[in-house]
Amino acid sequence: MHIPDGYLGPITYGSLWAAIIPLWVYASKKIKETMKASRIPLLAMASAFSFVIMMFNVPVPGGTTGHATGSTLIAILIGPWAASIALSIALIIQAIAFGDGGITAIGANCFNIAFAGVFGGYGIYRLISGFNPPSPPFIKGGQGGINSHLIGAGIGAYIGINISALLTAIELGIQPLIHTGADGSPLYSPFPLSITIPAIMIGNLLIFGIIEAVVTILVLIYLRKSHPELIRG
Amino acid sequence: MENSKFEIRNPKLKNLWIWIGILILLAPIGLILPEIFKAGGAWGEWGADESEKIIGYVPDGLKRLSKLWSSPITDYTFSGWETGVKSYIGYILSGIIGVALVIGLSILIGKFLVRKNGNT
Repeated sequence: MHIPDGYLGPITYGSLWAAIIPLWVYASKKIKETMKASRIPLLAMASAFSFVIMMFNVPVPGGTTGHATGSTLIAILIGPWAASIALSIALIIQAIAFGDGGITAIGANCFNIAFAGVFGGYGIYRLISGFNPPSPPFIKGGQGGINSHLIGAGIGAYIGINISALLTAIELGIQPLIHTGADGSPLYSPFPLSITIPAIMIGNLLIFGIIEAVVTILVLIYLRKSHPELIRG
Repeated sequence: MENSKFEIRNPKLKNLWIWIGILILLAPIGLILPEIFKAGGAWGEWGADESEKIIGYVPDGLKRLSKLWSSPITDYTFSGWETGVKSYIGYILSGIIGVALVIGLSILIGKFLVRKNGNT
C-alpha cells in the first residue's frame, strides 16, 4: 500500500498533496486544542507501533506481501486526528529513511493510510460500538458494552485497511487513463483498474484485513486489562 | 496521568515500550515468512529494475521519478547485508533507527503544538 515514486503522475500525487496538507493543518489545530502534554508520549508510541507493525510483511499466494497498519486501533486509543498525525509521521520516516513509499507519493500514502484508513475505520467503530466521546468505552458506565466495542473495533479495522487499499488501487489504476506518452504508452503505473483493484484488494480482503482486525482486538483486550487509563476518554 | 509531567519515560508506559522493543526484535519474521513462501514485495511497489521484469519495460515517467530520491537504508537493508542472518540483524537495526526517528519527530511535533497552546 506504500506507493513508490514513479507510479503516480504529477496530477495525481499533486492533488493528493493538496488534499493532505489542509488535513494536517486541521489535525494540528485539533491536537493543540485537545491534547494534554502528558499524552505526547502516547502519540510517539502510537507512531512507533504503526512503524513496527508495518515491518511484519505477510506473504500471500501470488508472490506478494502485505501488512497491518494499526490505523483504526490508534484512532480508538488517541483519537482520529492525533492518529492521522501519528500514522503520517511513520509513513514520512518510512519514505525518507527507508525508501518504503515514494517522496512524491507521501501525500498519497498519507491520504490513503493516515487519513482515509483512520477515519473510515474509526467511523465504522463509532457506528457499531455506539461509543460517543467523552464517555470512555472501557470504563464502567461507558456507552456501549465491551463486546460491541471490540466487535466495532474489529470490523472498523477490517474496513479501514480495505479503504486504504482500494484508494491505492484506484490511484494506481487511473494512471494509464490520465498519463500517456505521445505514442499512447503509459508514463507511470501501466496497469488498468481491472488489474490493480483485484491485485491489491484480494490480499487485503482475505488476509491483511483479518490480520488488522485481530491485531486491533488483541491489543485492545490487553490494554483493557493492563492500562485502562490509557484508553481515550 | 492527567497531571503527570510530560515525559517519555512515564512509568505507566514502560511495559508498553518494552512491547514495542519485543516487536522490533521479532520484526525479522516479516522478512523470513516471505522468504519461506518465496514472496516478493507488495503488489505495485516494485523498484524500476523489478518493474522491468514484471511489466516488461520501464515507463518513461516511472524511470525518471523513481530516481528522484535515494534513501539511506533502502528497504530496511544495509548494503552488504542483503541476505541471511545479516539481513535479519539489519532489519532489527532498521526497526531501532526507524522507531527512534519516529519518536523524535512525534515529540518534536507534539511539543511544538502543545507549547504553542501554553498547555504544559
